[in-house]
Amino acid sequence: MSALVKNRRRGGGAGWLAAAPLLAVTLIAFGIPVAVLVIGAFSVEDGGLGFDNLSATMREPYIGSLWSSVKLSGVVAVLGAILGAFLAQAVLTSRSGLLREAVLTASGVLSNFGGVPLAFIWIATLGNSGVVTAALGLGAGALYNFWGLALVYLYFSVPLMVLVIAPALDGLKPQWREAAQNSGASTWQFWRMVGIPVLGPSLLGGGVLLFGGAFAAYATAAAMVGASVPLVTLQIADALTGNVLIGYENVALALSLDMIVIALLVMAVYLPLQKRSSRWLA
Amino acid sequence: MAGVTWRRITLGVAVVYFLVPLAIAVWFTVYNESQGFSLGAYGRIVSAPGFGESLLKSLLLGAAVIVLVLLLALPALLAVRLGAPGLRPVLETITTLPLIVPPITYVVGIANALRGGTDALAATPFWQTLISIQDEDFPVVLVLAYVMLALPFAYRSLDTGLRAIDVRTLVEAARNLGASWPYVLFRVILPNLRSAVASAGFLSLALVMGEYTIAALMGYRTFPVWIVTISGNDGQLSVALSVLSLGLIWLLLLTLSGAGRKAK
Repeated sequence: MSALVKNRRRGGGAGWLAAAPLLAVTLIAFGIPVAVLVIGAFSVEDGGLGFDNLSATMREPYIGSLWSSVKLSGVVAVLGAILGAFLAQAVLTSRSGLLREAVLTASGVLSNFGGVPLAFIWIATLGNSGVVTAALGLGAGALYNFWGLALVYLYFSVPLMVLVIAPALDGLKPQWREAAQNSGASTWQFWRMVGIPVLGPSLLGGGVLLFGGAFAAYATAAAMVGASVPLVTLQIADALTGNVLIGYENVALALSLDMIVIALLVMAVYLPLQKRSSRWLA
Repeated sequence: MAGVTWRRITLGVAVVYFLVPLAIAVWFTVYNESQGFSLGAYGRIVSAPGFGESLLKSLLLGAAVIVLVLLLALPALLAVRLGAPGLRPVLETITTLPLIVPPITYVVGIANALRGGTDALAATPFWQTLISIQDEDFPVVLVLAYVMLALPFAYRSLDTGLRAIDVRTLVEAARNLGASWPYVLFRVILPNLRSAVASAGFLSLALVMGEYTIAALMGYRTFPVWIVTISGNDGQLSVALSVLSLGLIWLLLLTLSGAGRKAK
């Protein structure tokens, strides 16, 4: 008995030793910057601590950009989750192995495609002198607004959703559907009472990931809209590169803290859901 | 019948939305009204100043990130399976952090920490360390930041890979036959994990080759940052570079998934 306990304790010690480099690097490379950020967000001009910076972020123009970022990310998450799920279902039920393979590979590529190159491709298509803009006679600025930005963000969000939801859709057993049909359920009833409840956690979890991706995106927006759509990431970058009044650096830190708190709240939805969905789709 | 129709509409919309911008981008780079058809924009990429330098820098950073991510994550993941299950929640938390802290806020924290650190440590030998990790040619601080950003993806794909093999039996058999720990890691575990390692590598490299926010705001000229600075007012060149970077991601995915599949 005592040998067993000893053995287990030794195994545990060696285990923590094996993880020590990872823990140390995380502490240094992640812990220090985040600690500096949090302390800075609460630092006020006279050298003490206080809520001045955080309350400044709750006023215009900052609160507007926070709200506009949350709204954009929410729209992208909801639309992306629905469209991605439909696309994945269409591809997976087509019984064409080639189509399935092609779409999953393309999703792997496009979900990793973002930043400024993504903005350039859409500017060539729908920008003020873009090909589609000219062909359809759309006016200037068709792309450089809230919905234009959402359209561009969906270009990497929908493929990400396809990748997230495909395993869950694969896990929907055909027997469930047959059982539902044999009991006289319509297609809509099957989805409402079996399909969506089982997929629910994955759908929501995917939506949370899409929200996070859109919320954090900076480069695409910077290259596309500049200041015409106020976003919190753009405002933080402005503060960091000295595009604002001196003395506002700590407001950037407070805005960063706001972003982290929002992401944390959204993530808090995701983690328990992930566990629930893995139980059904094991 | 209705099933076929909605599937066709969905696929049709997807094809238009995803392929039209790409087709237009490619067309835009090879054709213009004054010169007609020409591959000149792609030629200008290679001859643009800084192309090879920034590409090489990003590839080096990518290689360092992949090696470091594997060296940090694999021992920890093995330890979880070999007797320290208490580590799992800790690792899950660590690998969720970068999803909660967006890159833009992360870089704000790094920049402030470095500035404060350089001031505070000015009189000590650590000051030199802080300066050297910010070296322009090989910024260690960027490697560390990218390692943190790549960890969630690498961790999950390695975890999935390890789930498919019987780690405990493999390790115990190897250890009983006298294999050292490095031998176990490199000659026993890794060969069984080839496809998981390949996908962890792909995700890490794709991240490094595409990450703009952190590098740009810290002033490092990596490949994605170079793309933006060189594009300037040359519309054709900027779109050609975008097509190129998309092609690069695609090539990486094909190469690494090919490498993973060969093992099976």
